[in-house]
Amino acid sequence: MKILVPVKRVVDYNVKVRVKADGTGVDLANVKMSMNPFDEIAIEEAVRLKEAGIASEVIAVSCGVAACQETLRTAMAIGADRGILVDCGDTEIQPLAVAKLLKALCDKEQPQLVICGKQAIDDDANQTGQMLAALQAWPQATFASKVVIAGGKATVTREIDGGLETLEISLPAVVSTDLRLNEPRYATLPNIMKAKKKPLDTVKPADLGIDVTPRLTTLKVAEPAKRSAGIRVADVAELVNKLKNEAKVI
Amino acid sequence: MTILVIAEHDHQQLKAATLNTVAAAAKIGGDIHVLVAGSGCQAAAQEAATLNGVSLVKVADAAHYQSQTAENLTALIIANAAGYRHILAPATTFGKNLAPRIAALLDVAQISEITGVDSPDTFVRPIYAGNALATVKSADAVKVITVRSTAFDTVNRENGAKIESIAAANDTAQSTLTHRELTKSERPELGAAKIIVSGGRGLGSGENYHTLLEPLADKLGAALGASRAAVDAGFVPNDYQVGQTGKIVAPQLYIAVGISGAIQHLAGMKESKVIVAINKDPDAPIFQVADYGLVGDLFEVVPQLVGAVG
Repeated sequence: MKILVPVKRVVDYNVKVRVKADGTGVDLANVKMSMNPFDEIAIEEAVRLKEAGIASEVIAVSCGVAACQETLRTAMAIGADRGILVDCGDTEIQPLAVAKLLKALCDKEQPQLVICGKQAIDDDANQTGQMLAALQAWPQATFASKVVIAGGKATVTREIDGGLETLEISLPAVVSTDLRLNEPRYATLPNIMKAKKKPLDTVKPADLGIDVTPRLTTLKVAEPAKRSAGIRVADVAELVNKLKNEAKVI
Repeated sequence: MTILVIAEHDHQQLKAATLNTVAAAAKIGGDIHVLVAGSGCQAAAQEAATLNGVSLVKVADAAHYQSQTAENLTALIIANAAGYRHILAPATTFGKNLAPRIAALLDVAQISEITGVDSPDTFVRPIYAGNALATVKSADAVKVITVRSTAFDTVNRENGAKIESIAAANDTAQSTLTHRELTKSERPELGAAKIIVSGGRGLGSGENYHTLLEPLADKLGAALGASRAAVDAGFVPNDYQVGQTGKIVAPQLYIAVGISGAIQHLAGMKESKVIVAINKDPDAPIFQVADYGLVGDLFEVVPQLVGAVG
């Protein structure tokens, strides 16, 4: 069974982004970029399934600029067998376009399972996996905290608003990862070196016959209203007094 | 111009976020229809008919809508999507699971977690964990949108809209719910609570979390929340998590106990009206957003607070 894992290159989760003064976006110059944390969890899960003898091959895919190759190398250092870069140049690639590109690759590679991060921490969209499942007419199990593959089915525990639920879905299917699915391993130096020799193919959206024109136009990007720090209170008595008489919330 | 709102409900009652979603629909403007798909869901449909601004409630009642799977709901919505220019769902795990699936089959973009409506095709939504607000314009014929509930007031219930039954779609039988474990609590729901007491890694253990924070929450009639660190450490279940990838809350009062205040946590609670931070580290980032900060040992401060608010 092949597993396909899409990975996205995003601003590192430790970076506090700044909105550009002209309101056209956030400043990405000289900012550390990393693999989206949820995608790291997805790669880790796929690699564990391979190590358990359930998966035969793990393919990492990234859609975006040429530098996404680094993200693919990271995925291969964690244990993916090969990478596919869909080189979109500088075109902004939105979730529907990614889902269509992934559909084209699924048609070609025929994976039984796609594991993706539930959302990217840059656009916070939380859409791509569900869109891919819809386009393929596959079942989906989003926000997974446990995945068991057996007998042509996936049994997935999902984190939902009120607690947890378990779905049994037929394969092929799409699973999206939540934070507690696993703790991704650190890529070791030998594995980072080994990853450099793994195959990495590059295709263009046109090669796959996909139109990636954005459907949404960003008119402006603004800073949210700043919340200013308040005051320090000396003790509980002062705190309760403030909450009762100044803020009037208790 | 007609808007379809997908109701989130437990077959008996609407989830509160549905009321905020109808409010967002009212801001867009136009006729508002609500779809209630469920199993034995007449009570939820009747409740939907009371919501102000709603002109029609469509009900699809069938056993295979019991578990509310995205596959079956999508099939139903696609079969009934003709004529709608906007399809809205709450930005809860229910809506986030469902809306992209609908959008993809309509071949349109989905617009996630809107916090504002500028015009019928232009919306404001947070990106980068709420560190930036993007105004986006959709060129698609149908706008499929999820709505952040804390950004819109709930609508009142003084209406008597028409209720119409619609045919169920076929069961896709691709997905079976085998188990659901909902946290049972006498406390208010996190998303709708006026006061939230939230705990972080500083509490040290699940036992400390419960012995220290529950009495305070009981005294204040508050909901309990947690940082990701506290959930990852197993102090409390996942549905307590407040943050970028957990629940987004905006109560009147948010009391953060032993929470350092990572960007991802702040993303989930910084719209709260009043924020109190209790932390022993005076440099913790949580103090930068707190209205009232108390530097101290939470193991001493919290019991004192319980005594003082009585």
